[in-house]
Amino acid sequence: MSVSKYDELEKFAAELRKSIIIMNCHAGSGHPGGSLSCVEIISWLYCNEMNYSTENMNDPERDRFILSKGHSCLSLYAALAEKGFFSKEAFKTLRHAGGILQGHPDRLKTPGVEFNSGSLGQGFSFALGCALGAKRAGRKNRTYALLGDGELNEGQIWEGCMFGAHQRLDNMVGIVDYNKFQSDDLNTNITAIEPMNDKFKAFGWHVIEIDGHNFREIENAFTRARAMSGKPTMIIAHTIKGKGISYMENVPKWHGSLCPTGKERECAMRECGCEELI
Amino acid sequence: MRKACLQEVHRLAGVDERVVFIGSDLGFGTLDEMRKDYPERFFMEGISEANILGMAAGMALDGWMPYVNTIAPFITRRAYEQVIVDLCMHNVPVRLIGNGGGVVYAPLGPTHQAIEDLAVMRAAPNMTVVAVADADEMRRLMPLTLNESGPIYIRLAKGYDPIVTDDSQPFIIGRGLPFQKGKDLLLVTTGIGLRLARESMSALEENGLSVGLLHMPTIKPFDSEMLLEMSSQVKAVISVEEHSVIGGLGSAVAEVLAEACLDKPLRFKRLGLPDCFADSYGSQLSLMAGYGLSADGIVKAAETLLEI
Repeated sequence: MSVSKYDELEKFAAELRKSIIIMNCHAGSGHPGGSLSCVEIISWLYCNEMNYSTENMNDPERDRFILSKGHSCLSLYAALAEKGFFSKEAFKTLRHAGGILQGHPDRLKTPGVEFNSGSLGQGFSFALGCALGAKRAGRKNRTYALLGDGELNEGQIWEGCMFGAHQRLDNMVGIVDYNKFQSDDLNTNITAIEPMNDKFKAFGWHVIEIDGHNFREIENAFTRARAMSGKPTMIIAHTIKGKGISYMENVPKWHGSLCPTGKERECAMRECGCEELI
Repeated sequence: MRKACLQEVHRLAGVDERVVFIGSDLGFGTLDEMRKDYPERFFMEGISEANILGMAAGMALDGWMPYVNTIAPFITRRAYEQVIVDLCMHNVPVRLIGNGGGVVYAPLGPTHQAIEDLAVMRAAPNMTVVAVADADEMRRLMPLTLNESGPIYIRLAKGYDPIVTDDSQPFIIGRGLPFQKGKDLLLVTTGIGLRLARESMSALEENGLSVGLLHMPTIKPFDSEMLLEMSSQVKAVISVEEHSVIGGLGSAVAEVLAEACLDKPLRFKRLGLPDCFADSYGSQLSLMAGYGLSADGIVKAAETLLEI
């Protein structure tokens, strides 16, 4: 891929970060940390990886993206707006009663959303069902599910892993946004997940480990996933929670429904390149 | 009834390409014929109810119509959040077939008894809840499930239950079936409650009572209109169900009667399982009889209610 393409992706990702902070400030809340950590992955999926049309989200041939870590929906909303599913005006009414963008994805309210995630573990199984349905119908479309690292605490994830490998769902890609933090603290202080790579391998998945902020590595991983036959792929993307906003990076409190105020808001606006203070 | 239900799934797979069967480690030989005829639409998955319901929802939104079958408490209790979010919130055509509704699995103990399945399924928005009385009624129900766009919970009884229904009235999902009109007492039933009510009729009539009989195979949506029409003709109503007295048929009847603000309140009794875990094992019928869920129990309840 040419350098300018990577530049385009970097620009797209920067726009997403800006949108995330703008939404966060309009709503006064909204899980910024985990939304910022998965920006590059979502950028890649919506710019380069997936086959979809804003005009026809009922097309059975479309690729599916399931945000299983539903609380990081600001990142998804930002990408959907950037791609024209709806106007950025909708950012102003995030979490408002009548708004089309809510605290967790709602497929009935938000164009482009496939699944009402929010309860962790469930989106992954849903995605596996989409992948199985496509296989049995002989369709070539692919399914992508983005998981949180804390989400791996859920037993249902491991039920799904057994199932996906057993059904040889090579049209399915899971991505772990491995930012090392869950709501309360570091994963390692809550319930240790390591060795994550070996766990997925032992469950029969094709595992690739990358820097989740590096587009070259992201491209390489998705290319290898596409080439894999007979196994589903799990991409473990090492990321930084709160990536892009200096004081949010690796600070657990920015996981939750928080919004920067005062000097912190000014700093966030400046760092994400937002000209007007909200 | 279970056999009739699963045979129907097999038959429906032949007439509708959307139909898939998903079992959860059900046991050797289950639906072998369907496995042979439609291998690409037959899935015998592991003991993983949460994943199965999510996967079924994914398939349903992909255009398939999954019929998911396992033991009733596992499909309702274990995976309740998946029922709510994956099936009901997305309002997808997934059919849950729960083996052993009520205390069918009496010898296996309370872990395997579904005494609150109707209550929890009834509380789930968009869910249709059905408990038919016998295999014939199951055969009348199943073809209709192809036409419903949302999720359905189908409660199975033990199997080889006596046939107590006939095809004199069409089966319509959401419609009550009035079997007999009465002037003194109305028995309202669901599932195998119909059998118990039928067995009690002669003894009740020997007591000089004119007894009405209304069968409610659909618990939700509930046929309130039919209930109010038939209860307006009697002095007392008894609901009969193999389910906790909390949240099932009896509660549905009570809610309708209470909110109707009748000029002359009816005498009313919920006959069902008490609010406790079964304190003994034994057979389904002996356990039920111990709690007054029998023809004799209905007669006694009627005598108390009507002060005979």
